[in-house]
Amino acid sequence: MTGSPQSAGSDPDRAVVPVGTHRALGLTDEEYAGIERVLGRKPTAVELSMYAVMWSEHCSYKSSRAHLSRLPTEGPQVILGPGENAGVVDVGDGLAIALRIESHNHPSAIEPYQGAATGVGGILRDIFTMGARPIALMDGLFVGTLDDARSRYLLDGIVRGVAGYGNSVGVPTIGGQITTAPGYRGNPLVNVFCLGLLRREHLVLAAASGAGNLVVLLGSRTGRDGIGGVSVLASSEFAGEGAAKRPSVQVADPYEEKRLIEACLELLSAGLVVGIQDLGGAGLACATSETAAKGGMSMEVDLSAVPRREPAMSGVEVMTSESQERMLAVVTPENFATVRAVCERFEVEAAVIGTVAEPDPDGVGRLRIRDEVGGAVLGEMPAASLADDAPRYRRPIAEPGDLAARRAVRAARLDPAGRHDDALLAMLVDPAWIYRQYDHQLFLNTVRGPGEADAAVLRLAAPGIAWQGKGLALSCDANPGWCAIDPRAGTAATVAESVLNVACTGARPLALVNCLNFGNPEHPEVMWQLTEAIEGMSEACEALGVPVVGGNVSLYNASDGADIEPTPVVAVAGLIEQLASPPPAIGWQNGDTLVLLGEAAGSLAGSRYARDVLGERDGSLSPVDLAAHLRLCNLVAELVAAECSAEPAGVLHGVHDVADGGLAVALAEVAWRSGSGASAEVARPEELFAELPPRAMIATADPTAIEHAAADHGVAARIIGRAGGGRLAVSGPDGAILVDAPLAALGEAMTANLAGRLDIAPSAH
Amino acid sequence: MTHETTVGVLCFPGSNCEHDVVAALEGLGAPARIVWHSDSDLSGFGGLVVPGGFAHGDYLRPGAIARFSPAMDALRDFAERGGPVLGICNGFQVLTEAGLLPGALMRNAGMRFICTTVECEVASSSSVLTAAVPAGTVLRLPVNHYEGNYTCSAGDLAELEQNGQVVLRYRDNPNGSTGDIAGIANRTGNVVGLMPHPERASSALLGSADGLPLLQSFVDAIARGGGASQASRVAS
Repeated sequence: MTGSPQSAGSDPDRAVVPVGTHRALGLTDEEYAGIERVLGRKPTAVELSMYAVMWSEHCSYKSSRAHLSRLPTEGPQVILGPGENAGVVDVGDGLAIALRIESHNHPSAIEPYQGAATGVGGILRDIFTMGARPIALMDGLFVGTLDDARSRYLLDGIVRGVAGYGNSVGVPTIGGQITTAPGYRGNPLVNVFCLGLLRREHLVLAAASGAGNLVVLLGSRTGRDGIGGVSVLASSEFAGEGAAKRPSVQVADPYEEKRLIEACLELLSAGLVVGIQDLGGAGLACATSETAAKGGMSMEVDLSAVPRREPAMSGVEVMTSESQERMLAVVTPENFATVRAVCERFEVEAAVIGTVAEPDPDGVGRLRIRDEVGGAVLGEMPAASLADDAPRYRRPIAEPGDLAARRAVRAARLDPAGRHDDALLAMLVDPAWIYRQYDHQLFLNTVRGPGEADAAVLRLAAPGIAWQGKGLALSCDANPGWCAIDPRAGTAATVAESVLNVACTGARPLALVNCLNFGNPEHPEVMWQLTEAIEGMSEACEALGVPVVGGNVSLYNASDGADIEPTPVVAVAGLIEQLASPPPAIGWQNGDTLVLLGEAAGSLAGSRYARDVLGERDGSLSPVDLAAHLRLCNLVAELVAAECSAEPAGVLHGVHDVADGGLAVALAEVAWRSGSGASAEVARPEELFAELPPRAMIATADPTAIEHAAADHGVAARIIGRAGGGRLAVSGPDGAILVDAPLAALGEAMTANLAGRLDIAPSAH
Repeated sequence: MTHETTVGVLCFPGSNCEHDVVAALEGLGAPARIVWHSDSDLSGFGGLVVPGGFAHGDYLRPGAIARFSPAMDALRDFAERGGPVLGICNGFQVLTEAGLLPGALMRNAGMRFICTTVECEVASSSSVLTAAVPAGTVLRLPVNHYEGNYTCSAGDLAELEQNGQVVLRYRDNPNGSTGDIAGIANRTGNVVGLMPHPERASSALLGSADGLPLLQSFVDAIARGGGASQASRVAS
């Protein structure tokens, strides 16, 4: 090596690193010893800070990686599976979609607007770095119950953050999901999904190749925001010191990102970059080491060339800053003038901060950080060691000691002679308050927007990519209530519901991405939840034929010592082969017959009714027969697809899945949306609110056709009622009235339970 | 004498509806092309659209920076010669900031961003956007804005009403605008600004095709050589 990393003077980058510094950076003594082993000496300050962020839980997946390999990731349509910035899936016609979901939980807990906004910015960069034009966002939000003022403040700020960034950057937010439960009060979750569309030949990877090529930093200047965000914030628990961690939250600038998107997409479609990588968690430390490692090359980085927002930043700060809206591109020297011209047009700064070099004589590609060209080396390490040599933990796993006892608790029954109107009204939520703050129409693709159908439906097109008749269905789902009592079956059921949601818009599932939000992995019960959830997700994805093409794991979601309930979030993308007519909405017409498709409902265990109305958190979750569920999804997709052609069959007037909240909530949602009531009958009282297995409710004028189709597919079908009138009435098998509510009461409850709690005065419209 | 029929769609850094406007116009058979804001030569166009989005990030105030772009000087000349100009959403904000239309757009009454579809009524056919649509026609049009709450002085309002310059009104006002105003024209009817997005209502598959008659009026005005049906009223 060309001059040993030095230690001299008062320069913090050259000073001797005080003993124990690694602990303040979130590294254990064993992990520190590992760094010394990799380097064969003590690390410099710059090196230590880089290992600290790269070996954090957030970047290294050190607690989860060993288990994630269980997930099925293969399929003929899969172009790129997990491990890249985004999964990439073939959709025919020479096109592909890139998709990913990521959490921004901890920043959002401290500063909800900026936390959520930068979450949107980060996921967008993961998509356009692949060469894909981002065309859709979805958000999965989890906050405390809305009787709590802080939870209202957090939700308001989070929604404003998603809106403020997504609307401004010009990518529509077309769906999502909201859960309120006490466990998220101190640790809300913000998961953001993004999907982009690209021509297959424009796919670009994050690899640095070609010795002598330039390493170019694009976008924002580097500042002191987000220093150590991944290690300080995302990889430890909260314990009431939120305000002190505010400097670790990044600040969003959607206008910068918009210009960066346009500049990068132009550079990528013109073939002007060799490789490109976004800067997210761990900033330059991550982007430089990953691109060098993927290309198998060495890289020289000149810190003095990094444009700064503030004077006197140390090398440690520059390498670990998480300043937003930056990209790292590898460019041939011949192309640089053109690259700079494109960037200037979009008012994007482009600075050469280093060069790609041949691997060292020993065959190892090293990252070399200097304070100026030819200057002193502040850090030097094998590029791959920051990712590949990160610790891997097989943390202790233990099922909860009281698991058997809790599962033995008999599920609650419903009073067969009682009225359940109030329980139903308390469970109704109209998420329009959220999605009306999001631009969900941009790009002229939105055929079914949020709230209209069980999945959002888009034309498969983007600026510069003409529509050829296909459609895309997207659904984002989670159910911590199910996963709390059985993480394995609950996660499988969550996948099942998500696949059914896209089927309800006529789509076959193409791929799934997941965000696994769990508590402290040092708690053996949390590791048990995580491994069970991965197992359940694997079983369901295998049975339903859906590959997992990407994921994110967010651990240490806990506050004041209490872990959150296991919260795996999934997003499924499905393809509609022919989208000439919009798929039936959530709705029915007066006189329609209501047909329920799917296996009979199980118990109330894990249902929203059991949790929110009865306060019951034990019991055994009713399992989902995945083979029967696959038949259901195929049947529903086929029936709905027949309505999406240029000459719709006209058999289905509406379709809605029955899961969260059970049949009563599903009926109420359709009645309210249709402005038309219904009378229905349940086989037993518990069917009102039982949630599993997921089923589908069809509104039709031709029930015989539906029953025949169901019989052909081996799917159970049952006529449950008829649409019409101004009330929703549901009776039990003995004729007793269980629910009877006027439409107006349903509408009032829908608004009161969300908008009514968040707007000072309900708006007039 | 021949004239240009291509529509120029101005694009500022931060604009985002430019592709949608081009697609909707092309769907009507009208050639359209995106023009970068630094371009000061707009001589090749028969009509101009300032599309929606967040020009210059809406920093300072929507439209406050965009009005200084070189293309805006050329647009002003074009408008003064009677050329058809349409500002949609952020484009409406830009046109008011540039002084081409009276009044201003404040934050929505509910202090929240609103994205939904609303019913609007055509209030006047005296503009390049509404010439082919009879007054009283009800259209379902998407709105998508944070600052869509139109306001102006009492004197300006009286003048707008008196001259038939209010071209579009909300039936159920989503943002608190004065007089339920959704869109206005200048005195000569060749410059129109509106908050709803006609280009987003360009296909039944997307939920509404009600924006097409408006865009068709605009295209027709260009085909006639600009100036709208009121071209004779364009002084000098």
